[in-house]
Amino acid sequence: MPMPADQIEALIRAALPDAQITITDLAGDGDHYAAHVVSASFAGKPRIAQHKLVFAALGGRMGGELHALQLTTGVPT
Amino acid sequence: MSDTNARIADIVNSNDVVLFMKGTPLFPQCGFSSRAIAILDHLEVPYHTVDVLQDMEIRQGIKAYSDWPTIPQLYVKGEFLGGSDIMMEMYEAGELQALLSQNGMAAKG
Repeated sequence: MPMPADQIEALIRAALPDAQITITDLAGDGDHYAAHVVSASFAGKPRIAQHKLVFAALGGRMGGELHALQLTTGVPT
Repeated sequence: MSDTNARIADIVNSNDVVLFMKGTPLFPQCGFSSRAIAILDHLEVPYHTVDVLQDMEIRQGIKAYSDWPTIPQLYVKGEFLGGSDIMMEMYEAGELQALLSQNGMAAKG
């Protein structure tokens, strides 16, 4: 089930308002994305915890509706 | 603890490096699993794989075990490290090699 990139971005931004979000549609099919999310709320957290914050923002869609999302996270420099 | 949890615990505690994946190392059935295998092969460390497509209980159970929604999942010495994105980030930062070395496995960079 394809999901538009701006919907992914909106979900992440609702949970992490300060986030800089870059989403790339890898295959041009609206179903395979890479997202890079930079947020101060990741500071001091291990990578697993950073990714879980994004998964939580996506409200359970990760691994289901949203199968193919490559995710990288970072803190603002 | 459910039977599935006990089975998973047994697998991750009796193998130093375990990858739960879709398919097999020779025939990964998903791009993320394929990428995880490529990283492990590049590091040249021995690893054990579990094909979740062959075992529905594990396929669902592993997500609850780690509280992580996607597959592949990498475990080192019983500890959940992450999926293929985190593996790639750790590999690029040299952290995966360092962690394996700390655990007595000589990983190539």
